Amino acid sequence: MTRERRLSWINGLLLPFLNVLTAFIATAIVFILIGVDPIKATKILIYGALGYDEGLGYTLYYATNFVFTGLAVAVAFHAGLFNIGGEGQAYVGGLGTALVALYLNPALSAWIVIPLAISGGLLFGALWAIIPAYLQAYRGSHIVITTIMFNFLASALMVYVLVNVLREVGEMSPESADFIKASWLPFVHDVFASFGYKIAKSPLNLSILVALFFSGLVWFFLWHTRWGFAIRAVGKSNDAAVYGGINPKKIIIITMCISGALAGLVGINELMGVQHRLFLNFNYGYGFGGIAVALMGRNHPVGILIAAFLFGILYQGGAELDFELQNVSRDIVVVMQGLVILFCGGLEYLYRPILIRFLAPIEATE
Amino acid sequence: MSDIFINTVLTLDASVRVCIPLIFASMAGLFAERSGVVDIGLEGKLLMSAFIAASAAVVFGSPWIGLLAGIFASSVLAMVHGFASITYKGNQIVSGVAINILAAGLTMILSLAWFRKAGITPTLKNDQRFLSIDLPGIELMDHVPILGVIYRELISGHNILVYLAFAIVPMVWWVVFKTRFGLRLRAVGENPKAVDTAGISVESLRYKALLIGGILCGIGGVYLSTAYNAQFVKDMTAGSGFIALAALIFGKWHPYKVLAACFLFAFLDAISIRLQGIIIPGIGEIPVQLIEATPYILTIILLAGFIGKAVPPKASAQPYIKEL
Repeated sequence: MTRERRLSWINGLLLPFLNVLTAFIATAIVFILIGVDPIKATKILIYGALGYDEGLGYTLYYATNFVFTGLAVAVAFHAGLFNIGGEGQAYVGGLGTALVALYLNPALSAWIVIPLAISGGLLFGALWAIIPAYLQAYRGSHIVITTIMFNFLASALMVYVLVNVLREVGEMSPESADFIKASWLPFVHDVFASFGYKIAKSPLNLSILVALFFSGLVWFFLWHTRWGFAIRAVGKSNDAAVYGGINPKKIIIITMCISGALAGLVGINELMGVQHRLFLNFNYGYGFGGIAVALMGRNHPVGILIAAFLFGILYQGGAELDFELQNVSRDIVVVMQGLVILFCGGLEYLYRPILIRFLAPIEATE
Repeated sequence: MSDIFINTVLTLDASVRVCIPLIFASMAGLFAERSGVVDIGLEGKLLMSAFIAASAAVVFGSPWIGLLAGIFASSVLAMVHGFASITYKGNQIVSGVAINILAAGLTMILSLAWFRKAGITPTLKNDQRFLSIDLPGIELMDHVPILGVIYRELISGHNILVYLAFAIVPMVWWVVFKTRFGLRLRAVGENPKAVDTAGISVESLRYKALLIGGILCGIGGVYLSTAYNAQFVKDMTAGSGFIALAALIFGKWHPYKVLAACFLFAFLDAISIRLQGIIIPGIGEIPVQLIEATPYILTIILLAGFIGKAVPPKASAQPYIKEL
């Protein structure tokens, strides 16, 4: 094995694997501290998430959201931007989806309504990212701070819209009317049933295909288009990009719009797929979960699909733990998310000094 | 007249109460950012400290033990942040996010394990809390018009942590601008290489700054659960850590200006509750959400450089890598 090849294996697979492993060990320690056998908990978790039809359906349904927000964070990372505003972009994206799905003529065919409603999510998500992007590119305000502020603005805006505008007359709870039927994405169990296969009911819907489609698109876009190259160039070295004739300001805006648009797709799964109406906090936690997914998946669509599936398992398995064990709630998943972000992100270089020391004698003999 | 006056005094009084965690957290952030470490994790440290303080106060029956425990918990998180971002030169923002999420999860898991209820601790009895103190001379002052009310409602009748918060701001100013440590702190945030060349350890300075931040943030959290409220409840910080971050930027990393920003944001919070449903002539009803969003909007406008310019310490968010 050549030196470059070995290093790329170590950086690309061995180090991330060690980091994830450390996060899991830390979670196991938390389990032991609260008096739960980590092996028993893992068994319950895995059975709950993968052991039967319905559990698997839920797992994939949660994973779908994480694919969207994970891709969103990853695209921004490639341009060297940290989009911490996925939470807000997902929220406002849902509003875009809802507006289309509420007010389009109910007589239209689903083939027209569904693409339009998806576009609504993409558009509103991108719009919510464009101001922080502009401020970063042209006014030098740090994108992390502005996107945090925009998360809070999104939640204020959505409360206002749901309470004062979209809430139906005479309704108490702040939620919209039902979407028109044509905008409903079919459930996977219904699709299977129409082909004669019977599987258990779950919220899993065709959004998962949308998620796979966009994963492929992001891969193609980042590594096989001119813009994708420009985005990665800006992320690697701003000066080199300028020298190569790329305008980083423009790239920042484009990247953030794409990132926001991807986050805006969470509403497809949650609203068009399952609830068929807009309600408060449907996006809760997925934006931040996306950070963990992107870090764990090394910002590559394939890695993100794997990481999103893993987080889907944790979400669904966590619900099962909640149900089976008295002294654990599903918030253990949140702890785990934090640990994954800590060890795969903040402490990503934890094992590098040890590996360098370990590799030095091998390098010397070559 | 007297009605408006008393209402104003009461609103100001409410602002003071809301302001305290913001002051502690933003002063914590001030130390971190002046040393060149961005601290997104203020929210998480406040939350963790609030939970641990309430738990310790219930178990050991004393708010002072709660105070120590809260400070300890927050400092541990600060050191985790330091370990990742100073020693291992990781991304400071990522480790800050990790701390926030970790705190949100751990408070839920630990409360369930310790008290059998997720996200809530038992209610604190009066001797387990920091109670308000009546300053001497209220009866005497009562006879004085206007000042009497101000003294009774606004100045007296707060708990000790409130007075501590207001005492700490000049102390922070003194440390940052008038001591050798403060000079080095500011230097390391602007130009760590120069500090390193002078033979002073960048790492140790940044660790010290984060530790002070951890302690301050800890006190802020303790205030929330053992003084302002009488228990910990899920997500009780409700974004205070981020508002403190906004105040830090709005006050341009200067203790007195940051204090003013904290008070402004707290005042907006206090009037947003009072303005609910009130129709202002000529404008109509102001949506509560708009007032709640004002701190964020103001900070964004400031950051954009439309009303003055907020320039952070130059080395902020950059890990210092020594050249060999």
